[in-house]
Amino acid sequence: MDQTNSVTRRKFFHTAGLLGAAVASSSLMGLPSIARAEDAAPAVNIDELIAKKVGAGPIAMEKVTLDIPATAENAALVRMPIMVDHPMEANNYIQTVLLIIDSNPNPEIAQFDLTPEAGKVSLEFRARMAKSSKVRVIAKSNSGKLYGLVKEIQVAAGGCSG
Amino acid sequence: MADEIGNPKIRGPKDPVKKGELVEIKSLIKHPMESGLRKNKETDQLIPAHYIESVVVEYAGKQVLKATWSGAVSKDPFFSFFVKAESTGPLKMTWKDNKGQSFTAEAPITVA
Repeated sequence: MDQTNSVTRRKFFHTAGLLGAAVASSSLMGLPSIARAEDAAPAVNIDELIAKKVGAGPIAMEKVTLDIPATAENAALVRMPIMVDHPMEANNYIQTVLLIIDSNPNPEIAQFDLTPEAGKVSLEFRARMAKSSKVRVIAKSNSGKLYGLVKEIQVAAGGCSG
Repeated sequence: MADEIGNPKIRGPKDPVKKGELVEIKSLIKHPMESGLRKNKETDQLIPAHYIESVVVEYAGKQVLKATWSGAVSKDPFFSFFVKAESTGPLKMTWKDNKGQSFTAEAPITVA
């Protein structure tokens, strides 16, 4: 709990700084120039979102990869190549894969429900990022084990207008 | 921007594959993928949400994968994934959007 709070606080101050710098230009873009507290934190509680989708429990930060650069050139078209190094056998397979972008207005981007017939977990699609954010991938096995990855992706400008 | 929509395309293996081989399937569909959060710059009104909510993949008559998407998936969505080629049969994909429109496409998978 303490850790979560401190991350949120740090993130808040970081975001507050950025907003301060952006205030001058924001009026040109027709955005509200007052930084609301909610702007700093994700629109929903990410832990709760994950628990709702795949169940609460420890997430092993292994087996999952998202092989993209830390800086996205085009925020409207960010490649999301998800791989999970896990067997896809009848009784031992990845059942669900979630992709979450913390700082998007709706962090819940995509869910994939898989069967062993997929053969391997290698999925790719493209997503829009509103701003620089943590991107998370959570994979759940048929026995309920959770694997995950968190990657910080920087974007030059938000992709929600494009 | 023209309201082009549909025209789903699937690219699977061109040649017959071995039984048990893992084959990559790539797909593309034209769709605006409006999140519902974007404003029309002239009218200042929100553009209504219009995006693909689900993509179902069936292989030889059985569902092997389902994707559930939000409006943050990019315009004209590309989607690739794998299937294990066990038998000759069509790979069918069905895209459905939040306005109830659906699009389907098929690609053959031939197991030699």
